[in-house]
Amino acid sequence: MDLLSQIKFLIRKEIMLEWRSKYAFNGILLYVVSTVFVCYLAFREISSPPTWNALFWIIMLFASVNAITKSFIQESRGRQLYYYTITSPQAIIISKIIYNILLMLLLSVIALGFYTLVFKNPLGDPAFYLLSVLLGSISFASVFTMISGIASKASNGGALMAILSFPVIIPLLVVLIKLSKNAMDGLDRSVSYDEIGVLLAINVIVVTTSLLLFPYLWRD
Amino acid sequence: MTKNWWKILATVLVLFSIIAGFLFHVPEKPILNETIRNIHFHVPMWFSMIVTLTVSFVYSIRYLRSSSENDDLMAIESANVGIIFGVLGLITGAVWAKFTWGEAWSNDPKQNSAAIALLVYLAYLVLRNALEEEQKRGRISAVYNIFAFPIMVVLLFILPRMTDSLHPGNGGNPGFNTKDMAPELRPVFYPAVLGWILISVWITTLRYRIRKLENQINEEN
Repeated sequence: MDLLSQIKFLIRKEIMLEWRSKYAFNGILLYVVSTVFVCYLAFREISSPPTWNALFWIIMLFASVNAITKSFIQESRGRQLYYYTITSPQAIIISKIIYNILLMLLLSVIALGFYTLVFKNPLGDPAFYLLSVLLGSISFASVFTMISGIASKASNGGALMAILSFPVIIPLLVVLIKLSKNAMDGLDRSVSYDEIGVLLAINVIVVTTSLLLFPYLWRD
Repeated sequence: MTKNWWKILATVLVLFSIIAGFLFHVPEKPILNETIRNIHFHVPMWFSMIVTLTVSFVYSIRYLRSSSENDDLMAIESANVGIIFGVLGLITGAVWAKFTWGEAWSNDPKQNSAAIALLVYLAYLVLRNALEEEQKRGRISAVYNIFAFPIMVVLLFILPRMTDSLHPGNGGNPGFNTKDMAPELRPVFYPAVLGWILISVWITTLRYRIRKLENQINEEN
């Protein structure tokens, strides 16, 4: 099988596994909804737009760490060995990244919907805010997939995941918060092109290094 | 002696930069005043950190290709030295910021970025401690090191330039490129940078040799 069909097959497998159990997605959905609700009970209302924006990204950050940590840990060693014999490592990491991007896109849209429902706040440019959220979920997925692969190799993967991923995600988060703040304030879209460019560039770097490094991580 | 000339050079340059940095005439600027002398100490710390972390990055790549234990030792020791120089850079910067900006930590993007970059490398050390088996530790930490390096470059060189910053060289402020820096500072500044970089490399090689000897002793016992 060539790389493309391998990737397609692996993504289908991931989605099918998830569809059968619906465990990961429902769990993460519940996590997001209850976190937003806890924040609602704690804050009641948020009057300042920067706080509203920051809180949303913090919720998304923790939700995505939780969602993606599982992507390597949940699979048994035996099954990983089986993939190793039949597919190339590149196909595995690309399929995981794409699957996590799909998962995060779905999750972030639901989270944004629920968040705006609970905390009312006027968005200056809702379509552009949605774009920044989608870009954010793609970035989270591409960074965290590789880090979860690294963390899964250590014995206490869950704790390590947060330590390894937070410093790496902060630069992306800073750009994302700025981009979404621009969208909230309804600034002219051309103001934010720089941020979008940097986000895309970082994503390209992250995916490329993941592709180059994953074969070494895999070899066990 | 033929192999040690650069160590002597390093010592001479750093001694020169300390003496000349404190005694030579410096341009009188408002706000900065005499604290401008800190440029001979604060900036070389960052140069040394960048150099040692780059060395660490290169040796991590070499480790993935060779799987030789020595490459792994070099990668970890240069990262250690890089972290020390980064901490020194933060401290000298904070002292300077206290005098010129009014606060030791003034939420400046460059300060924040530098602190986060250090967190990335501290996480690298934690990851190493979390892995028991040597081969696995070397390989996985090398992967993380290579993965983190481009992120650090973005953090230190791209993000601070995108926002307003008090720090020179960012947000439209003058930096230390050839045009902006006062000519009287240069004869001390350039030797200081070179001297500290050489010192950092020297410390790295010393630590590397100590670790290698320790490993040998452990194997014999």
